[in-house]
Amino acid sequence: MARPLHQAGGSARAGWSRLSETRRGYLTAYLFISPFFVLFAVFGLYPILFTIYLSFYKWDALGPMRYVGWQNYGFVTSDPIFWTSFVNTLLIGVLGTVPQLVLALLIAVMLHTAIGRTKRIFRVLFFLPNITSIVAVTLLFSTFFGNNGMANWLLQQTGLGAVAWNSGWWGVKLAIASMVMWRWTGYNAIIYLSGLQSIPADLYEAARIDGAGRVQQLLSITLPLLKPFIIFTVLLSTIGSLQLFTEPYVYLGQSGTGSTREEGITMVIYLYSEAFRNSFFGTAAATAVILLGITILFSLVNMWVSNRLGGDTGGGR
Amino acid sequence: MAANLDARTTARGGGRPQPGRAPRAARLPRRDRAAMLWMHGLLVLGAIVSTFPFYWMLVVATNDAGAVFHVPPLLTLSDQLFANFERALERSEFFQALGNSVFVSGTVTLSVVFFCTLAGYAFAKYSFPLKRLLFALVLGTLFVPTQLSVLPTYVIMAELQWIDTFRALIVPAMVNAFGIFWMRQYISAAVHPELIEAGRIDGCGHFRIFRTIAVPVITPAMATLGILTFMNTWNDFFWPLVVLKDKSRYTIQIALQQLFTTRDGLDYGMIMAATFAATLPLLLVFLLLSRWFIAGLTSGAIKS
Repeated sequence: MARPLHQAGGSARAGWSRLSETRRGYLTAYLFISPFFVLFAVFGLYPILFTIYLSFYKWDALGPMRYVGWQNYGFVTSDPIFWTSFVNTLLIGVLGTVPQLVLALLIAVMLHTAIGRTKRIFRVLFFLPNITSIVAVTLLFSTFFGNNGMANWLLQQTGLGAVAWNSGWWGVKLAIASMVMWRWTGYNAIIYLSGLQSIPADLYEAARIDGAGRVQQLLSITLPLLKPFIIFTVLLSTIGSLQLFTEPYVYLGQSGTGSTREEGITMVIYLYSEAFRNSFFGTAAATAVILLGITILFSLVNMWVSNRLGGDTGGGR
Repeated sequence: MAANLDARTTARGGGRPQPGRAPRAARLPRRDRAAMLWMHGLLVLGAIVSTFPFYWMLVVATNDAGAVFHVPPLLTLSDQLFANFERALERSEFFQALGNSVFVSGTVTLSVVFFCTLAGYAFAKYSFPLKRLLFALVLGTLFVPTQLSVLPTYVIMAELQWIDTFRALIVPAMVNAFGIFWMRQYISAAVHPELIEAGRIDGCGHFRIFRTIAVPVITPAMATLGILTFMNTWNDFFWPLVVLKDKSRYTIQIALQQLFTTRDGLDYGMIMAATFAATLPLLLVFLLLSRWFIAGLTSGAIKS
């Protein structure tokens, strides 16, 4: 038994050594990268194609599939709840990421000029929120945003009225946006900080010698060189906010089962409940395709805007 | 685009590269010193906003159930932590869920670090046909929303009868584009071609060169990738929610969410005690490794 096996191994090895060194290099490289591509084919590419295919069928995940053409897209786009989820996603996205990125940039600039040791401590402290899970953040913040919670107490102390954080149209969105902000501001600040640190100091030196003021230095050195980092965070924040799910799902789902309430329903919650609550896999797939379209659109707009902005500052120089 | 965030600083490894730190402190005029003071004040304020919720978590967790909505808010710790935590244990398989999360996150982490390092090494140090195209493909997958593939993946899992198993969580996550990108950036800068050439002259095989020459140089990047992967898997909610039905299989995040229920009045003391217990392991790991981790993160600068 052992012998033929051994021989087989031997001949394989002989075959391997007969290959030229270049060929062996190719094969090794392909072998090293193959796990990703195999896994991607099964759990990445195939699902995407199948989602597009599925969006033209009516299917409950059990029975046979029935071709319905564009009907699923019709159902989704004529469902007012879908549009509510669309508007919610955009509003929470804007509320949660725009102030967040501006704040992150300010923090990064301040951290950059801070003194060595304190800088290290601040970096850790600002990063801490990011290690907590979204579920934990949401549960924690729901104690702030209860009707008699700390947020309302603070508002009343400062003479402003209480806000219905749990049921108001804006209240819910602001509460969720604040959770997103708390968890990600420090993270993005650290990313910007690393961008700032990669800018050579002699550039500032030269600018100062040329008589450039602080603001001018910021506009013509810092921002242009930070551009790749800014594009990167803006892009990923955009994608992240379009995929928002956990915060609203947990925050408004106080029955332990998760929520699809209208004040906080997002596109992914809509998708999730179509598929896993109502068993409408076809409309859920159509929602997923629409979501992908929106994501691509937004990413392209982002890139275009940031490139133009970069062009302008470049011209100003 | 992401390739723009290059590995310039990466080569410096665990060190804290700060070439751009403007050396202003030494010759500050008075006006600037005031600005400096202001700035540190603002930073302290920001740090308080970042950390106060952790303290608040502990306040709620150690007080009795009604304390959350006390007016004015309570800010002192009390001694109810264990009583609260016991109620959480009664209502959930807390330690089981914790164990499940440790198992799943640990397995995924080991696998991701291994496969991503291998693939990153191949992309950084080998030349082979279609390399650029394949790498572009890897980067492209970074921008595909995961929710898009959730339905078919669910169907695949059902076909394989993997619903309610940890395989459903582990197998699709075993290697990812971000990790490959991350390792490639680091390896390109940190592993010198002469080293690999020397190994080849000594007659080492490809995997041997990888293991004995490349890996020792790139352990910092592997560690950072490991911590990131562990945290992300530990904190993941959407996919476990979709594929796990049975209570005994819940990960800690699902178990926590299930505690958040009005069925018998929201018991925030209990919820926060459990949340605290679920957050503590990550918090400790992070604080122990933070210097290292953030340095690694700043040198690679990318979001998962």
